[in-house]
Amino acid sequence: MKREIWKGSEAIAEAAIRAGCRCFFGYPITPQNEIPEYMSLHMPQSGGVFVQAESELAAVNMVYGAAASGVRAMTSSSSPGVSLKQEGISYMAACQLPAVIVNVMRGGPGLGSIQPAQGDYFQATRGGGNGDYRTVTLAPANIQEAADLTQEAFDIADQYRNPVVVLADGLIGQMMEPIVWKERTPRKLPEKTWAACGRGDRDHSNFITSLLIDAPACEAHNLELAKKYAEMEKNECRWEEILLEDAEVVIVAYGTPSRVAQTAAENLRKKGVKAGVFRPVTVWPYPYARLREIACRESVKVFLDVEMSLGQMLDDVNLAVGERKPVRFYGRCGGAIPHVSEVERAAEEAWKEAK
Amino acid sequence: MKKEVILSGFGGQGVMSIGKNLVEAAVAEDLEASWVPSYGPEMRGGTANCTVIISDERIGAPLVESPSEVVAMNRAALAKFEKRVCPGGTVFVNSSIIPDRVARTDVKAVYVPCDEIASELGNPKVANMVMLGAYIAATGALRQETIETMIAEMFTGKKARLVPLNLEALKRGMECGKPA
Amino acid sequence: MTTIYKRTKGLQDTELHYCPGCSHGIVHKLIGEVLEEMDALGTAIGICPVGCAVFAGNYFAFDTIEAAHGRAPAVATAVKRTHPAQPVFTYQGDGDLASIGAAEIVHAAMRGEKFTTIFINNAIYGMTGGQMAPTTLIGQKATTAPLGRTREQAGMPIRVAEMLSTLDGCVYAERVCVTGIPHLNKAKRALKKAFQRQMAGDGFTFVEVLAACPTNWGMEIGEANQWLMENMAAYYPLGVIKDTEAT
Repeated sequence: MKREIWKGSEAIAEAAIRAGCRCFFGYPITPQNEIPEYMSLHMPQSGGVFVQAESELAAVNMVYGAAASGVRAMTSSSSPGVSLKQEGISYMAACQLPAVIVNVMRGGPGLGSIQPAQGDYFQATRGGGNGDYRTVTLAPANIQEAADLTQEAFDIADQYRNPVVVLADGLIGQMMEPIVWKERTPRKLPEKTWAACGRGDRDHSNFITSLLIDAPACEAHNLELAKKYAEMEKNECRWEEILLEDAEVVIVAYGTPSRVAQTAAENLRKKGVKAGVFRPVTVWPYPYARLREIACRESVKVFLDVEMSLGQMLDDVNLAVGERKPVRFYGRCGGAIPHVSEVERAAEEAWKEAK
Repeated sequence: MKKEVILSGFGGQGVMSIGKNLVEAAVAEDLEASWVPSYGPEMRGGTANCTVIISDERIGAPLVESPSEVVAMNRAALAKFEKRVCPGGTVFVNSSIIPDRVARTDVKAVYVPCDEIASELGNPKVANMVMLGAYIAATGALRQETIETMIAEMFTGKKARLVPLNLEALKRGMECGKPA
Repeated sequence: MTTIYKRTKGLQDTELHYCPGCSHGIVHKLIGEVLEEMDALGTAIGICPVGCAVFAGNYFAFDTIEAAHGRAPAVATAVKRTHPAQPVFTYQGDGDLASIGAAEIVHAAMRGEKFTTIFINNAIYGMTGGQMAPTTLIGQKATTAPLGRTREQAGMPIRVAEMLSTLDGCVYAERVCVTGIPHLNKAKRALKKAFQRQMAGDGFTFVEVLAACPTNWGMEIGEANQWLMENMAAYYPLGVIKDTEAT
């Protein structure tokens, strides 16, 4: 198959169109402007709808409207903008509406920097908006994966009737790599009989709402949603293991830092340090079970969690590893990207300490 | 084989674009490649740079601390990146506008009068193509034919007349880059 | 016997939760009648607000979507653009539209989105219990303006129909009320015209309804209707504010 060179943000946009996304609503923010720019030209060309909204709030509520009427829709933004989108994401989770939200993360909190970061991990993996809900959160580490996961995100969203987050960092958004547009086998998906798209011949009208003003009804609804989240946890968890078979020091990282970790592990092995990388591809659901199995291996001495944030994923690594093995942490933040040598040093120190 | 290059210069000197050319050529040769631009406030100062990695294996970290080569199209680029080249690596200097010499003795230096050659050829815009020629000749990283095919595919229709000019620029650059 | 009045098929056969004297029920009925007369009950999509009409989807007999507070115009934008041949409307109160959703309504009108907004202006927050709205009149008491609204503290009330009429994307704006049969008939005509112009693809259409809220105004129904005509209609003049078709 032909390899084509794509920039991350543009690959995400094209992938959405190829996945049958029929509308895109966005608002400019660096470093993801290539997504709305690409969509503004190509979405109408493919017969879809593009609107540059007046705000992130409006954009995500446009996605809500399209999703509620049964149409595949997407929005994208970067950290401060995604905070504004939490309203719509919570409402979509409540109304069980499928949609895809792309977050090309930059430094925070507040306005922060425009360089790559991962400080929105808690927000993405713990719901983010108000109420008890979860969103499947896919974290690509290269452009091929950004294209593949974005396409699959639409299927996952439709299958569970739930918003799905593609959580990329600024570097994945900005960099170029060769990719292949693979033949995709779409999932078998239920019909959208619930959509408010005009009553037609139905014997009832559809009303999309998240207001359940009586507590027992609201609780029952939450328990129904919880069952769905349990299904997602069972079916959608994915990860990659790099040089892990005989590893003594396991670096856990997702997105760009996982690539830094890979190079660090290769370098460490040249020095006789058996290093490997565990890379969550979904950060929710988190691959706890597999990480726990790895922690139980006798060969594994220590874990090192590496992030472009200050220990957000560390909570999940600790939940998985528990007291089985020591867990160390190395992170950069605010738009700084960890250097290979820094990760190498941190992993080597952790390894020596644990030996 | 692994090449890790930082290319830097003024906006408009075409450093981002020859970075992309390297990636395109690498992909044509079935290699792995990545391109990371500087973006945001860094670019407001008028300096642009990108990091290109070409490898026959899966690429891990897309940014490098010690590149195997630095391509400096202006003086600021040389000042900023000379110190980062790995020992035994190569610094490419656009000697048309950079008066300085490479101070380090543990790296190779290749001086290319990119703008002079481009002017001689009648189009200052091909200065970056001269540098690309010097790079492939000095490093042997990519085949000349690959770049030539790429140039032929790059300029089509009305722009097809630019093909011979760019091929000539590439050739003149290669002469500068050839190991002595 | 001849049938001289029938319940509209546009409404479900159910009890409404609105207070006595509230205008919401009447406006719901008018919308149901208009869409039924236009044979649009199978195609119409309504966007409901946050506020007293948050349950409107339980009353309308066509498909509806409940929007987050103020965002109905954004939701409607997407629904109309993905279903361009179907009638789409938002139904919003004054807190929803003129306060938290001010940006959404202005930009939808600016873009000339081809849906209809029905704006229920009762000069008060109803659902949350009588707080001051952007449309609360000077001197009018509210739970967050216990001594009455003052210009110094809260500015002057906003005339939304006039404001939106300054935008080229808005092709039709009329202010009506449903106090008594002649006004009610006018209101229905305005709603029909708005939907007809929407379906003709002309642009954004807007009907503001001056509405009574006896409960939160602390008045008897008759008194409330009288207060509406004497005070609200004085500040918010009834009639066509903009009609690009008018000669």
